[in-house]
Amino acid sequence: MKPGLKRSNAPIFWALFGAGGMLSALLGPMLVFITGLAIPLGILLPADTMSYPKMLAFAQNFIGKSFILAIIALFLWHAAHRIFHSLHDIGIHAGTGAKLLCYGLAMLGTVLAAYALLVIGF
Amino acid sequence: MSENQKVIEIEVLRYHPEKDNEPYQQVFEVPFTDDMSVLQGVQYIKDYLDGSLSFRWSCRMAICGSCGMMINGIPSLSCQTFLRDYYPARVRVEALAHFPIERDLVIGLEGFIEKLESIQPYIIPKEARTLAQGEYLQTPEQLGAYEQFSSCINCLLCYAACPQFGLNPSFIGPAATALLHRYNVDSRDGGKAERMELINSEQGVFNCTAVGYCSEVCPKGVDPANAVNQNKTNSAADYFLRFLAPKGGAK
Amino acid sequence: MSKRRPYVRSMDGWWRKNPFFVEYMIHEGTALFVAAYAGVLLTGLWRLSQGEAAWSAWLTALRNPWYIGFHLVALAAIGYHTYTWFKIMPRTMPPVIVGGQRLPGWVITAGGLAAAAVASLGLLALVWGMAR
Ligand code: SF4
Ligand code: FES
Repeated sequence: MKPGLKRSNAPIFWALFGAGGMLSALLGPMLVFITGLAIPLGILLPADTMSYPKMLAFAQNFIGKSFILAIIALFLWHAAHRIFHSLHDIGIHAGTGAKLLCYGLAMLGTVLAAYALLVIGF
Repeated sequence: MSENQKVIEIEVLRYHPEKDNEPYQQVFEVPFTDDMSVLQGVQYIKDYLDGSLSFRWSCRMAICGSCGMMINGIPSLSCQTFLRDYYPARVRVEALAHFPIERDLVIGLEGFIEKLESIQPYIIPKEARTLAQGEYLQTPEQLGAYEQFSSCINCLLCYAACPQFGLNPSFIGPAATALLHRYNVDSRDGGKAERMELINSEQGVFNCTAVGYCSEVCPKGVDPANAVNQNKTNSAADYFLRFLAPKGGAK
Repeated sequence: MSKRRPYVRSMDGWWRKNPFFVEYMIHEGTALFVAAYAGVLLTGLWRLSQGEAAWSAWLTALRNPWYIGFHLVALAAIGYHTYTWFKIMPRTMPPVIVGGQRLPGWVITAGGLAAAAVASLGLLALVWGMAR
């Protein structure tokens, strides 16, 4: 019995989902704490931790650039994949439409992040 | 019936295709003793209260895999679930979720049987062997690689626990994948490439969202979720590396 | 003629019917916060590319109570994602054989959580070090 089996393209999205899931599981909470709570509230870290010169230098550094891009892009791809499946789970089988919307937004975010990093220069 | 005979209410989801448009609940009062399983309760109904109640069973000892039902909404083998654990509350029984109801507690199995066939659940020898060459030898490690997955009794509790199967019945699903994996990782088997076609396909493992409930309800400790998810890794490796090292399984 | 007329039950609201599924939907829902937080970071990056004034305005905006509130909830949600991610790891990973024995699930979960703790503290130390 071999019906016309169609190979799934899911591995691409699944791999991105997995990478982003692992990265956000390892670093997500601490990143949120640093950028969203410690810095704005002025706790624990020096006040100028995220000052313009420091962040600019970080974003101009090759390693810093890669880190920023990896975090933003992979978080987005992770979330897009989960949200796409959750839509299916709650009975919104929008199919291609939902797929385009979820992965499209992740793609857009990735492009915007890469563009901003280019503008920031080296 | 003695004075202090305990009586439990069993609520059954009934459906007779020749007269009912849709399933409905019916409550029976069943006298029971502490050693009675839910299956025995249902058998009491059939023997003494309503002979038209239909359900499957055989071994009464959690090995034939035919008595699966939703018991208070949880996929369970009715022969190893006991009425005393629900008393004095009412216990609800319903045909296994996500399958079509054939009649009362009996589900339609065709879909699963087709899947079982499609995975080629038998050893496809790596190389032809003559009788004179003797038996295949296997180390305990080689046995360990698949032993767990060979314990499946096809009870389908895992399918009743899998929302992705419920949402998309063409998904190959937990038990069939566990069995497929059982043969793929058997050192005597050479059929992996053929079976991977199914794993890689749109009916394959990527329908799974790692809910994990299938492994939770499995009465035999098979851990079908692990088989499915290991094969996501296998399938992804095959997807990305197929151009580097073509070895079948890809189309 | 066949009397068969298999009845297919609806899947509507399936995830409300079992606590296990409710938990599943909650941990899947953490993705909304991962996405929103990535959005916040992307905004910050964009502002950074626009120069010092834009960046400082963004930093000030982060002190807004709504932002603080969002980050508190996001911390809880993404923290829960971390916990559930490693909790299902034993089911999603190929078996790890150590000394001929299969590593028990809880060891994998504990290992993952420990790795997350180490990575997080490492990140904090790194940020601390770079800030000084
Ligand atoms: S994997 Fe477990 S739950 Fe699923 S059919 Fe086999 S024995 Fe039953
Ligand atoms: S009757 Fe055989 S498994 Fe329950």
